[in-house]
Amino acid sequence: MTALRFDPIRLPGECEELRKEVRAFLAEEIAAGTFNPYQPLREDADAREFSRRVGERGWIGMTWPKKYGGHERTFLERYVVTEEMRVANAPVRRFFVADRQSGPILLRYAPEHIKMDILPRICRGELCFAIGMSEPNSGSDLFAAKTRATKTDGGWLINGSKIWTTSAHMADYMIAIFRTSPATKENRRHGLTQFLVNMKSPGIKVNPIGQITGQKEFNEVVFTDAFVPDDHQLGEIDGAWKQATSELAYERSGPERFLETYYVLTELVRAVGPNPDTRSAEGIGRLVAQLHAMRRMSVSVAGMLHAGKEPVVEASIVKDVGTVWEQQLPHRVRDLAAFVEEDAGNRETLENQLTFAIRTAPKLTIQGGTTEVLRGIIARGLGLR
Amino acid sequence: MADAENIVVATAEKIFADLADPQSINHDRDGRWKAPLWQALSEAGLPLAWVDEKLGGAGIDLADGFAVINSAGRFALAVPLAETLLAGWLLQQAGIASPDGAMTIAPARPKDRITVNADGTLSGRARGVPFAKGAAHIAVVAHGGDGVSIALVETAGLRIDAGLSLANEPSDTVTFDKVAPATIKRAPADFDQDRLMLMGGVVRGLQIAGALDQLLEISVRYAGERVAFEKPIGKFQAVQHNLARLAGESAAASAAATSAADAIARTEAFDDAIFLEAAAAKIRCAEAAEKGAAIAHQVHGAIGFTTEHILHRFSLRALAWRDDFGSESHWAVALGQRVAARGADELWPLVASR
Repeated sequence: MTALRFDPIRLPGECEELRKEVRAFLAEEIAAGTFNPYQPLREDADAREFSRRVGERGWIGMTWPKKYGGHERTFLERYVVTEEMRVANAPVRRFFVADRQSGPILLRYAPEHIKMDILPRICRGELCFAIGMSEPNSGSDLFAAKTRATKTDGGWLINGSKIWTTSAHMADYMIAIFRTSPATKENRRHGLTQFLVNMKSPGIKVNPIGQITGQKEFNEVVFTDAFVPDDHQLGEIDGAWKQATSELAYERSGPERFLETYYVLTELVRAVGPNPDTRSAEGIGRLVAQLHAMRRMSVSVAGMLHAGKEPVVEASIVKDVGTVWEQQLPHRVRDLAAFVEEDAGNRETLENQLTFAIRTAPKLTIQGGTTEVLRGIIARGLGLR
Repeated sequence: MADAENIVVATAEKIFADLADPQSINHDRDGRWKAPLWQALSEAGLPLAWVDEKLGGAGIDLADGFAVINSAGRFALAVPLAETLLAGWLLQQAGIASPDGAMTIAPARPKDRITVNADGTLSGRARGVPFAKGAAHIAVVAHGGDGVSIALVETAGLRIDAGLSLANEPSDTVTFDKVAPATIKRAPADFDQDRLMLMGGVVRGLQIAGALDQLLEISVRYAGERVAFEKPIGKFQAVQHNLARLAGESAAASAAATSAADAIARTEAFDDAIFLEAAAAKIRCAEAAEKGAAIAHQVHGAIGFTTEHILHRFSLRALAWRDDFGSESHWAVALGQRVAARGADELWPLVASR
């Protein structure tokens, strides 16, 4: 068993300067009515313009090379921007997937002219990306995907469907895996290839799916002879499985993996006032201690990424512990909210937030790799599989 | 935190491995291992590592001392090394020289109070003082009419009622009945009993994190060896997922404790952010001890419930260390009150302050 490492990493001085800039920017946006910080992640009409303004500040594609529109800043600086945006409930959905996942995949696997075309537009906040992984009969079992890419002149024809695809209704592009060959007896993960798909191509139909939160971010995406040109193939044909794991450390360990319901904790602190009873103080103290420990783990992984390491197991632990925590948080806050005075000024806000957060909670341990999948990865890292 | 390139930690780990092997200690009913272990630690200057050379110590920096304590937890070390380190650190706050030999600290619980009488003697009672029976001296935080003092007291003049911790280690009640200290000095202006409790809490957090690290390792090893239903139990998904959760608890404890130690080692100021680091370390490590020890025992089954097996050396210590220098409930209340007093909009700036 290799020892797990979570060294104490401190954010350097330049991060704190940047943090002030981000806070000032978000305060301006809130003052201008772009979004309501007390209302988490609703679909905001203005998010398109907001994304452009974030791009103008240089806060999308922060770590990417300048020649692709990036800013060659550090993972730790990106970390600070991400956490400040999350805590403010800023509407980041439109650009965040591209910033976190799709951009890095393109950087690694796309041909030069595609990178020159698309990456600068992501950095300017102009493009929204979706991820095409799950299918009606293939969720956690990624390698059961059936949607086919069949070779044709100059490219590929896609047939089949993806499901639970967040943001597909507003996405400009999708990065998806499609079946290009059958799995082999020796390797059931063989036969899938990663592609960049222009969502405006003919033959793609997006059907919205309502969620229990009242949001409509999920979609079914149906492909009927949708054409994808050769130069949109990303990486090795039939070899997507080799590419799938290396990016996971970035995806799994960020502040978004434990801050998604954070707002209810802030609102509880507001509701109990400056002199809480012992039970409320104890409850808040524990939650803050858990949050702090979570953040220290997450910053530690960011520090390892910054140092060029690939802490896959540590990142999976952050996501496992972090998502379970953010899932339980609204329920613990609900426990404590029972003791809040009837006349607390923000009671209605707190109750509305709790309703939304408790409805949101079930998805947190499913999206982007379920708890069960993560624990399997951790067990493998421990040498058990 | 154990850094192979760090000479201090490497020295300590060599001594632990040679003279404090948990398996050998577990079979030695007479405690014959204790004297040579303590002698080796003393010769290496480890018990007084945090004391300046001019005050009789080795003058090793806080970070290295914390790393040694973390490593001691990994060995479930059963001699008062952490306590003596802490006592030396406490005495140094008031510029008091440390004597040789094992020491401990009083109070060890946040609500106990030792007072300085008008004639300079000390009165009061401290419960749950670790290793008081075997120590030659106790470093004491005492309160008098004009503020906080730090004192060095010989145990010979004290009433010590022996007690045992959850892990069957000495956890004694020490009664000061107008006892004259060997030395007493005023504590620095910004020093109070909470500082000792938080420092002690971080020390216990590091020990718990070390113990959890080891609980994970021996549980993973056992799951690979123990065969049931015709395969190693580590091949069962239910067992794998339990061990993954144990890894998560171990990771959280380690991250919280080493972060707090690092924060204290790097700063003189004792502000809300340091309070958060220290209190959170104790709270989160204690919570991890509960969950982690339960999983380690579950994986081991009946064999882990026996005195013959070494598992209890780690699991019971991790659980017992929760009780010293303020339990997780105590610090949760204190942290919650501080967070509430700062106000809702100051919570995130506090959490994100480093």
